[in-house]
Amino acid sequence: MSRGLVTRLGVIAVAAGIVIVLGFRLSDYHLGLGARIAIYFIAILGLNILTGYTGQISIGHGAFMAIGGYTTALMSYYHHTDLLLTLPLALAVCFVCGLAVGIPALRLSGVYLALATFALAVSIPQLPLKWSKWTGGSNGIRTFTSPGNNWLYRVCWICAGIAFVAAWLLLRGRTGRAFRSIRDSELAAASSGVSLPIYKTLAFGVSAAFAGVAGSLFVLVTNGYAQPNEFGVLLSLQLLIGAAVAGLGSLYGTIVGALFIGLLPQISTSVPLIGSGHGQDVVFGLIVILVMILLPNGVAGLLGAIDSRFKSAIKSDPTTS
Amino acid sequence: MLGLSRKTKVSTGASLPVIVGIAAACIFLLVGCLVSNIFAQQTVAGLAQGAIFASLALALVLIYRATEVINFAQGELAMATTYIAYQLTLWHVSYWLAFFLTLVISFVLGAVVYGVLIRPVQHRSVIALVIVTVGLFILIDGLVTWKWGADLKFMPAPFGNNVYHAGGVSFSRQDIGVLLVSILSVILLWVLFQFTKLGLAMRAAALRPAAAALVGIRVDWMLAIGWGLAAVLGAVAGLMTEPSQFLQPTMMQAILLYAFAAAVLGGLESPAGSVVGGLAIGVFLNLIGQYVGYATSELRLPIAFAVLLVVLLLKPTGLFGRRQVRRV
Repeated sequence: MSRGLVTRLGVIAVAAGIVIVLGFRLSDYHLGLGARIAIYFIAILGLNILTGYTGQISIGHGAFMAIGGYTTALMSYYHHTDLLLTLPLALAVCFVCGLAVGIPALRLSGVYLALATFALAVSIPQLPLKWSKWTGGSNGIRTFTSPGNNWLYRVCWICAGIAFVAAWLLLRGRTGRAFRSIRDSELAAASSGVSLPIYKTLAFGVSAAFAGVAGSLFVLVTNGYAQPNEFGVLLSLQLLIGAAVAGLGSLYGTIVGALFIGLLPQISTSVPLIGSGHGQDVVFGLIVILVMILLPNGVAGLLGAIDSRFKSAIKSDPTTS
Repeated sequence: MLGLSRKTKVSTGASLPVIVGIAAACIFLLVGCLVSNIFAQQTVAGLAQGAIFASLALALVLIYRATEVINFAQGELAMATTYIAYQLTLWHVSYWLAFFLTLVISFVLGAVVYGVLIRPVQHRSVIALVIVTVGLFILIDGLVTWKWGADLKFMPAPFGNNVYHAGGVSFSRQDIGVLLVSILSVILLWVLFQFTKLGLAMRAAALRPAAAALVGIRVDWMLAIGWGLAAVLGAVAGLMTEPSQFLQPTMMQAILLYAFAAAVLGGLESPAGSVVGGLAIGVFLNLIGQYVGYATSELRLPIAFAVLLVVLLLKPTGLFGRRQVRRV
């Protein structure tokens, strides 16, 4: 246990070091890209808590990002609230929204939950169009101030760090055990005294809160514009894909998922044939299908498998025994 | 109970109150149509849209019954096959020939999707299956946009632009045509399932795969055919959507949500239910858009979402579904 912990802390320290060094080295454009990756990291972390750890599928996390994003944009536009102050506000708003969605979701499972959350993802971006008087309709609404990429990179990665630690603390203890027991068997969890309604709703709330923070940072990265198009159904699908590629139920894999959906659009524009436009979607789709067919537990599962293969090879090595 | 004799009718599963409710709704619509011309016009337009939702919803239900998965890529498959028809018309194939060629192509496409993508993950968790269909969603979206671009495309109008006038009410020929084609395809499918050996084998394969395999039915082939037929229905839905929405890669995304709502309203397991659900949602959305001033077109999707949520919460088995008893 302690050796595993040391390795993990080491990995985290190295990752944090890379992030900090990159912060000083990267060009302005790449800082913006780095900030985006941090945002995806936060959102996928949230989704992973819900889908990976609690077993409740959600195709609607783009909707929570939209709610968070619009909270920031509206507060900044109408009340000139400091951008940093809007983050906890978005967190709180989305936590409440998550609870509100989580309560009806208690009665749904499997495909029904997938359907309901998908419907959420499709219909929430319609609401700013309806109330366009306040939200600017399809043109969107802009925050009062919009920060530079350097500021964004730092803030986003600090938030990502806090989110990671928060998720880790939440999942390692009693709550995390309750979540995992629900995922593995609701019946067994209930028989062992885990309250399904409380923990499932809580998972939705926490997960939505993560997505909300990610959403409000997302608005800042897109020059401070909150637009319905940015939070379309594709965003929700990308998050789910990121979580699947990373490996559902793996905190450490999340960074791979974030890098995947953050960098793929950049890389795929320079791939011949499918380079321009929506070529990235082709790669996205192909990779996620291949991952699901070939690597059921995502990249994290692959690493785990290699690791255990390696360990068993050492154990069965005749020279050591 | 296990018997798969041909005499067993697939019961609709609707209880008496549901049937009475539907009958009351029909009478309400009829009276409304007789009283008000606008009401009649909106009802017919709603039925035409609802028929499209019904085709796509039926495709979803077919796949759900066969493989217990919701195919999130159903709408995108439909969109892609509509683009294939568009390409055929570009090659100077006449509209209706292109229509039927597209149906054949989409059948093959659906069966291939099942064999290549779904079968390998079929026995894994619901989450894995859903994610594969989500991946397919994005893949098709990307392929179509890459090949044909994201801007609007136009196909020749299949039914012309005539408008019929009957007693002060004007019906567009297009609406009538869409309604007829969609309903006809649904009826043909029902005949196939109810009155042919193949249909019987497919029902058996979906209902009890192990037992069906024991009596010599090739379950995998039947499921592939099921996916193919679902893709054909989707193609009909896509082709019938095109005259009003025109071709663009996002054209089926909203319709997919309406189809979800329709399928859930009908009970997700019930083919008859999905058709009734589709028509009901089409008419409901149109009438609400006409008579409730606040419900502007931006609220159509949220309203469909609300319908879906209310049904799931109040009567998860839908109008026609049977209550599932889960043993512990």
